[in-house]
Amino acid sequence: MELSEEDVREILRIIDESHVEELRIEVSGFSLHVRKTATNTPAGGEREHARSRVAAPGGGTQIVEAPMLGTFYRSEAPGEPPLVAVGDHLEPDSVICLIEVMKLMNHVQAGVSGKVVDVLAEDGALVEFGQPLFVVTADA
Amino acid sequence: MRVRRLFVANRGEIAVRILRTCAELGVATVLGASLADRESLAAELAERVVVIGPPHPSESYLKVPTIVAAAVGTGCDAVHPGYGFLSENPALASALEAHGVVFVGPPAETLALAGDKLRARAVAIAAGLPVVPGREVSTIADARAFADGEGYPVLVKAAGGGGGRGIKLAVDAASLASVFALARAEAAAAFGDGRLYLERFVRAARHIEVQVAADTHGTMVHLGERDCSTQRRYQKVVEETPAPRLSQQLRDSLCEAALTFARAISYRNIGTVEFIVDVETGEFYFLEMNCRIQVEHPVTELVCGLDLVALQLRIASGEPLGFQQADVRLDGHAIECRLLAEDPEHDFRPAPGRLERFVMPELPGFRVDSHCRAGTVIPPYYDSLLAKLIAHGPGRDAALATMTKALGDVEVAGVQTNRALLARLVADSRFKSGNVTTNWLEQALA
Repeated sequence: MELSEEDVREILRIIDESHVEELRIEVSGFSLHVRKTATNTPAGGEREHARSRVAAPGGGTQIVEAPMLGTFYRSEAPGEPPLVAVGDHLEPDSVICLIEVMKLMNHVQAGVSGKVVDVLAEDGALVEFGQPLFVVTADA
Repeated sequence: MRVRRLFVANRGEIAVRILRTCAELGVATVLGASLADRESLAAELAERVVVIGPPHPSESYLKVPTIVAAAVGTGCDAVHPGYGFLSENPALASALEAHGVVFVGPPAETLALAGDKLRARAVAIAAGLPVVPGREVSTIADARAFADGEGYPVLVKAAGGGGGRGIKLAVDAASLASVFALARAEAAAAFGDGRLYLERFVRAARHIEVQVAADTHGTMVHLGERDCSTQRRYQKVVEETPAPRLSQQLRDSLCEAALTFARAISYRNIGTVEFIVDVETGEFYFLEMNCRIQVEHPVTELVCGLDLVALQLRIASGEPLGFQQADVRLDGHAIECRLLAEDPEHDFRPAPGRLERFVMPELPGFRVDSHCRAGTVIPPYYDSLLAKLIAHGPGRDAALATMTKALGDVEVAGVQTNRALLARLVADSRFKSGNVTTNWLEQALA
């Protein structure tokens, strides 16, 4: 089953409109796992948690997407080591990055388990809602 | 400070409208689009698009922190909020100001004042303007006492409402009891403000509004009135300028009253002061001020020859208007019809879907403001406006003739529209006579 990026977006769009909280589709050679999370409303300097959106184009590769628009930070504070690096193993509740929206730091959780194979967004850059941030290979 | 890069915090035809003016002025643009709008015409016209969130407005177009982060993060020096969504939201205006970004509209405190319909009424009264007899009521007993004194029917309005939202009609004591409870719950839920007020219901009313423009250098002008009496469920369907069959004396009084109110709240940028005119007595009453560009602004543009979006940007940049009241020339007559994706077979409920065909006529004196073309998907999350059809002629008959021709030539397939209703409406003898009140259309449809 071949899925284009547009197909995946269409699926996400349909799920966005539905009341489904979590969806797992597995057919031969294709698996899709999507989990919806409420985005945060900011409250001055609070530490907020947000779970990322995950798209699975297939082949065990999962794309971790930004759950909100904001400034992307790879570490807790300037000068500190990144929260995750290529090769790290993630659990669904691993905090993988921060997204700042008007001074509110949202701690973004992976939402998947697996190994980080690529980091797609630049530290300090504005990321859009749904922008791919990390590529993760699922645990075998 | 001249606006150099503008963030457009809206969608649909008004986003397209704003982007076109920016292209003419050489202002760079960034569009904040929801996931549902990333392939819209506005997204094509904008120099940059950022996806601000999921389709539902509460997760995208209504999120103040997201809009601010997107505007700041893309290096914009100003935000145009369009109409609806956050266009009259004081929290957005003040958050932008705190980040050194210009809000294209009046200051936050003006938005807060005008948005509180009870405070606005109090300012109007203090400025000597007539308002519809009414007052705030806090209990059903209090509401009954007011209605018993004024007589039924009465209108129950939300202090945080406006633009036709949060209004209910109570025809007798029994309906007042149910309407009052419902209105209170709805007002708290929809506007975060449960305060209600009652107004005497004017049985035969015309809705007439006045466009004003004010710069930061003390110049304030009006750009004439618009008649928006053809309404359904308190929503405007047809608008025109000048208002037909209005005496010059009443026209002058309305325009003067609009300027008086705008001065009383130190208004800046463009805005609209709304009135109702009691057809039986000839008296007029202040209703509210809308602190944004209106849907129906094109009719004013066509008769005064000004680009109101360009005017908004000029004022927001701190530049003077560059003209005085005496320089304002109103030329001819303009009419706008709102073409909506609605199902006429099912009480005009919104009819989202994909446009298979979308052909708008090209005629002299005819303008279309739209974000649609064949293939455009009308999503279910937003309003049902497909296009604004605007006809301009030397007089009302000429404008109506152009509109009649245009409505016959409009071709839309794929979604249901109100085209046939609009065609019937402009051909109606009562409408043609210019003798229409706000309850006319609903009665004619019943």
